[in-house]
Amino acid sequence: MSWFADMLGPWRGFAVTFRQMFRPKVTTQYPEEKRVKPQRFHGRHVLNRYPDGMEKCIGCELCAGICPARCIYVRGADNPPDAPVSPGERFGFVYEINMLRCIFCGMCVEACPTEAITMTHLFEMSVTDRDDAIYTKDELLVEPDGTPRHPQPAGPLIDLEELKLGNGWLRATASSGRAAFEGLVAWTPSATFGAEPPERGQTDADVDDGNEGA
Amino acid sequence: MAGEVHNPGFLLASLEKVVNWARTRSMYPATFGLACCAIEMMGTGASHYDLSRFGMEVFRASPRQADLMIVAGRLSQKMAPVLRQVYDQMAEPKWVISMGACASTGGMFNNYALVQGVDEIVPVDMYVPGCPPGPQSLMHGILSLHEAIKSGEIRHGTGVI
Repeated sequence: MSWFADMLGPWRGFAVTFRQMFRPKVTTQYPEEKRVKPQRFHGRHVLNRYPDGMEKCIGCELCAGICPARCIYVRGADNPPDAPVSPGERFGFVYEINMLRCIFCGMCVEACPTEAITMTHLFEMSVTDRDDAIYTKDELLVEPDGTPRHPQPAGPLIDLEELKLGNGWLRATASSGRAAFEGLVAWTPSATFGAEPPERGQTDADVDDGNEGA
Repeated sequence: MAGEVHNPGFLLASLEKVVNWARTRSMYPATFGLACCAIEMMGTGASHYDLSRFGMEVFRASPRQADLMIVAGRLSQKMAPVLRQVYDQMAEPKWVISMGACASTGGMFNNYALVQGVDEIVPVDMYVPGCPPGPQSLMHGILSLHEAIKSGEIRHGTGVI
């Protein structure tokens, strides 16, 4: 009867294929349905403002200095005394990031002493002309009311709401886990994202308070 | 084709639209994974993102059967002639996507071993930033390329640098 078992063999294989037809599908229908990115996702940068509309960047060039890909170009200038742009002595007069050279490591965010540059969740920025990939201050700096700007218009492929998500690095290196910081706001409010919810301590790290996810 | 016809009439203009649409519907990519970007490229073809929804699931190992070259990864000086040869062997119309920071500009590897941007070797139609770009970013680049071809912004691979 071994020939009978041999004949059954292929059908046993087909049964595996047939069973897959009734399992839930894993495919995301990308342009219509976008996968939610992780909280600490490293996406496009924004230059933030203080809630009163002043720019946070003080033109110190620490981000350009630490950038391993050398994709940031900053030039500082003295603040005009009658109409200061930033609270410090100087402000970022020129700020350019070459998005094609950027490796999205987040070290600029880490180096920034004033939390002027942060990262968002937007990653869809393909361009046909490489000159368009150099983002200047016009595109990086948020509007005074906190709305981020983007060179490409919103459409089925680009969800500009993702520019309002993020602050990934702040969460990654914030004092989460230290009981002494429970309930404290560990960062200054940014005009891009509004006031952040207070830092969670160690004790209720597993409680879902809406801080995670989007 | 309409590039050779000045002021195309109704028939040729409509035909061009159909041809452009057809070109975007089964654009076979050539396998040109060079580094870690290739892993994301494979992930784009796998079931979670599924490039076959756009008729692109067959990554062709033979350049003669491919329409689109996705340069995924850093291109070393030694690999550059090979890339050019694969590009030359592809049949017109052909397009090139430069995927990731290294392929587009050299990324953080600004040294003697790597070509600082594959557009020094082949004409590039779409640059996808990221290190590496995720599957959604790559699909954004691919779909933007489709849109550009359909709208007539990119007619075909020029074949000329």
